[in-house]
Amino acid sequence: MIAELGLAALWLAAALSVLQLIAGALALRDGSGELASLVRPAAIVQGLLAAFAFVMLLWLFAVTDLSVKLVATNSHSAKPMIFKLAGAWGNHEGSMLLWVTVMALAGGLIALVERRLPERTMFATLAAQAFVGIGFYAFLLLSSNPFERLPEPALEGMGLNPLLQDIGLAFHPPTLYFGYVGLSVAFSFAVGALLTRQVGPAFARAMRPWVLGAWIFLTLGITAGSYWAYYELGWGGWWFWDPVENASLMPWLAATALLHSVSVLAARDALRAWTIMLGVVAFSMSMLGTFLVRSGILTSVHAFAVDPERGTFILFLLGLYIGGALLLFALRAGSVAEGERFSITSREGALVFNNVMLSAILGIVLLGTLYPLLTEVFDVRVSVGPPYFNPAGAIFTIPMLLVMAVGPLLRWRGDRISRIKVPMIVIAAIMLAVLAVVIILGSYGLLADLGLAVAAGLAIASFLPLRGRNLLRVPIATWGMVVAHFGIAVALFGMASESAFSEEKLAAVSVGDNVEIGPWNVSLLATRPVAGPNWTAIEGQLMASYDGGEAILLKPQSRNFWAPPQETTESVLSTRWNGQLYAVIGNEASGGEGAERWQLRLWWKPFVTLIWYGGILVALGGLLALIGRVKGDLKRRYVQSRLAGRKEEGESA
Amino acid sequence: MRWFLRIAIALAAAVSGPLAAQQSLPPAPLAYEQLPDAEQEAQAQALMETLRCLKCQSQSIADSDAPMAGDMRHQVRTRIAAGEDPEAIRAWLVARYGDYVSYAPTVSETTWPLFAIPGLLILIAGMILWRRLRKQA
Amino acid sequence: MKGVRMWVPLLLFAGFCGLAAYQLTQPKDEFIESTMIGEPVPDFNLRPAIETRPGVALADLKDGRAKLLNIWASWCVPCIAEAPQLEALQRQGVPIVGIAIRDKPEDVARFLANYGNPYTRIGADDLSEVQLSIGSSGVPETFVVNGDGVITYQHIGDIRAEHVPLLLQELAEAGA
Repeated sequence: MIAELGLAALWLAAALSVLQLIAGALALRDGSGELASLVRPAAIVQGLLAAFAFVMLLWLFAVTDLSVKLVATNSHSAKPMIFKLAGAWGNHEGSMLLWVTVMALAGGLIALVERRLPERTMFATLAAQAFVGIGFYAFLLLSSNPFERLPEPALEGMGLNPLLQDIGLAFHPPTLYFGYVGLSVAFSFAVGALLTRQVGPAFARAMRPWVLGAWIFLTLGITAGSYWAYYELGWGGWWFWDPVENASLMPWLAATALLHSVSVLAARDALRAWTIMLGVVAFSMSMLGTFLVRSGILTSVHAFAVDPERGTFILFLLGLYIGGALLLFALRAGSVAEGERFSITSREGALVFNNVMLSAILGIVLLGTLYPLLTEVFDVRVSVGPPYFNPAGAIFTIPMLLVMAVGPLLRWRGDRISRIKVPMIVIAAIMLAVLAVVIILGSYGLLADLGLAVAAGLAIASFLPLRGRNLLRVPIATWGMVVAHFGIAVALFGMASESAFSEEKLAAVSVGDNVEIGPWNVSLLATRPVAGPNWTAIEGQLMASYDGGEAILLKPQSRNFWAPPQETTESVLSTRWNGQLYAVIGNEASGGEGAERWQLRLWWKPFVTLIWYGGILVALGGLLALIGRVKGDLKRRYVQSRLAGRKEEGESA
Repeated sequence: MRWFLRIAIALAAAVSGPLAAQQSLPPAPLAYEQLPDAEQEAQAQALMETLRCLKCQSQSIADSDAPMAGDMRHQVRTRIAAGEDPEAIRAWLVARYGDYVSYAPTVSETTWPLFAIPGLLILIAGMILWRRLRKQA
Repeated sequence: MKGVRMWVPLLLFAGFCGLAAYQLTQPKDEFIESTMIGEPVPDFNLRPAIETRPGVALADLKDGRAKLLNIWASWCVPCIAEAPQLEALQRQGVPIVGIAIRDKPEDVARFLANYGNPYTRIGADDLSEVQLSIGSSGVPETFVVNGDGVITYQHIGDIRAEHVPLLLQELAEAGA
């Protein structure tokens, strides 16, 4: 019954999105058609119905209803409740339902609260949102029904894969989804504005919170995913330029560019066509990522349920929506005036630079990710990896970071370089000094050296916009910018430091042996067998002491799962303020008679944690900016309604 | 302790049948062992991070527990220790497996766009900036 | 000029969609082919993998007869599936040289006792050195090597019954 309720709600929501599209399109054509009054309610009810359907799915997973195929294949009655619920979106059908739900709720929310835009643009936006929604409802209902029943209820669920029962894995995908889907709202706004040719500051201000929100989720999702890969894969790497990782990075890059261009549009009514274009590109990157991940078209280390049929469906949707939007862009953008040119020494000049660089980085990542796909057509297989992405990306990243250090100090419209001469000299001096020190210490490779220097300068520079201001009166959104930029510097420092100072030690040790790594002394105290529900493991007991200090006990494991047979390593991390010790125990070492010897893999990674702290700071900065913007909008709305009220009073009097 | 491991492995084999056939040979000597010479080890490590594991999906041989990746690490370390140039080792592998085995594409008939397009991007970026940021007349 | 530029994104996107659509129709090919076809097998010398058969060295491949070089292992499941085809080839007089990857003598002996021994020689490649040197990326793989020790053909994966005629033809072309 529950499953049927969910399915019915989903069909109703799909029907409402058709209504929303037709009513919105008619209203757009006639100015205000008869059906115009239905558009907003349709969007709101549709959101509620989709949410209802998702709650029904959660319920099915919570009670482990084994007559539902999705539950039977992905859950198990003995799972802890949190993982039962997470199981609802830890599979293709459930995650698509989550996608549709978030999209419908977002549409409903715009319909409910967004009143600044001209009503025609709103109709166009909501119609576009419904148009995108219909495709995903069709996908869900026609080829990926999450509520499908089994002819006979299963006796027990199949999914008890302990590898997936990880709190990180439970929350990393939905976080990314919120980001992906949030960008669909930006997309709908862009299409709506293109349709009515009403691109201006009001449009930018309406779109900005959605871009910010999506961007915060993307930032958190990528940060969490990177940390998960770091501790789970057992080799100390935190970013592999794997196609699936790139698929999450590309929407982030586009959203970051969009975030900044939207600010220019809001403040200066310029970069109109560019902002529209980025709105389309950002969402297309989300869909592209979904396509790449689910079609299995590229080889990736991340295991996903791959199905070419689903791939075809998503490709069709991708072609329809993105192709349609780009066609509309080609036809209409010429008539959307781009606005003024800027002086290079102005805030918007720096932001344009930032946008061009981010777009170029996006181009590089896109090229490197898709290139193997291109050569396969000619039966040539190539691999594109870190040796390509790192330097090619850095060509654009480093100039961008340099401009980022001074851009926020510039005034809008036009400024003189001489006005910010002192801070510029200070920043340059810090960077050069750090660079000199690093090179004297023993150069660690060009990119790492530059990274450390730029990070140091940027960290200081990010606080300079606060200089000479009453800190209590600085707008929250400005604090957001400061914190986010500082977060970038922190993350960059972590990355460069990890690359420059990491030490690795592989050793075959017997019980009692000592291994020195960096400032650490690690000794193998004992090993013992451990048994889990469907695995056995060898657990190493390591005593690790930092710089002669008190030793701490670390227990890495090497696990053998038996169905399916698989070996995994459970790494352990010992975190200090200045870095992490990363320890892995492997199999018995080869050769040597007598005492047993075990493979130990140890890394000392100074300041590596800053990578993820930086990511969190960036997201926090985004959150502050969002709060600041929404607060500002509410204030403006209040003032306007007061003014309108007074005007009415005046007229009636 | 060893008996425990053996029983576990035997049990695993029994439960899942022949599919669980395990490679009983221990890893190659230099698969998990570093070279004594720190500079050589650094060279080997840098090379291994840019060679693609042939048995795994999208991982470098420096990040993989696959036995074949271990054998490739052994091969790389042995050759580096013998004084071979890292790029010569890469070329040796590329001659056997094609460009697929190397994560560092080099300019060739099939890969030149990977290098031409970033150059083009620099030009386009420069042009956009120049057009957009010229001071208003 | 400006009008033309606005169409660039659409064109690029259409190109991508065409590429992706084409790739979706192609069977996903995970094989990494050796680029050593037409090249001589590099020098090697492997100790015997079991007592009853001699080991393999380059000189054994250069005896003037074309032969099959079978890369396999006792721990490899598809190798069991291809054993009958190898036996059939051997009965037709094809010389088959085996290279056992990362294997122990007792495991090799047990495998051969269970599934037959079509090999004239079996070398033990404990460090996958020979495998790497001829560009083989897994087990089982079967190479056709001519009488001068030059690789002329590579078959990736287990040999099914339908592959046998092709292998025989390749052997004939290599001058068996």
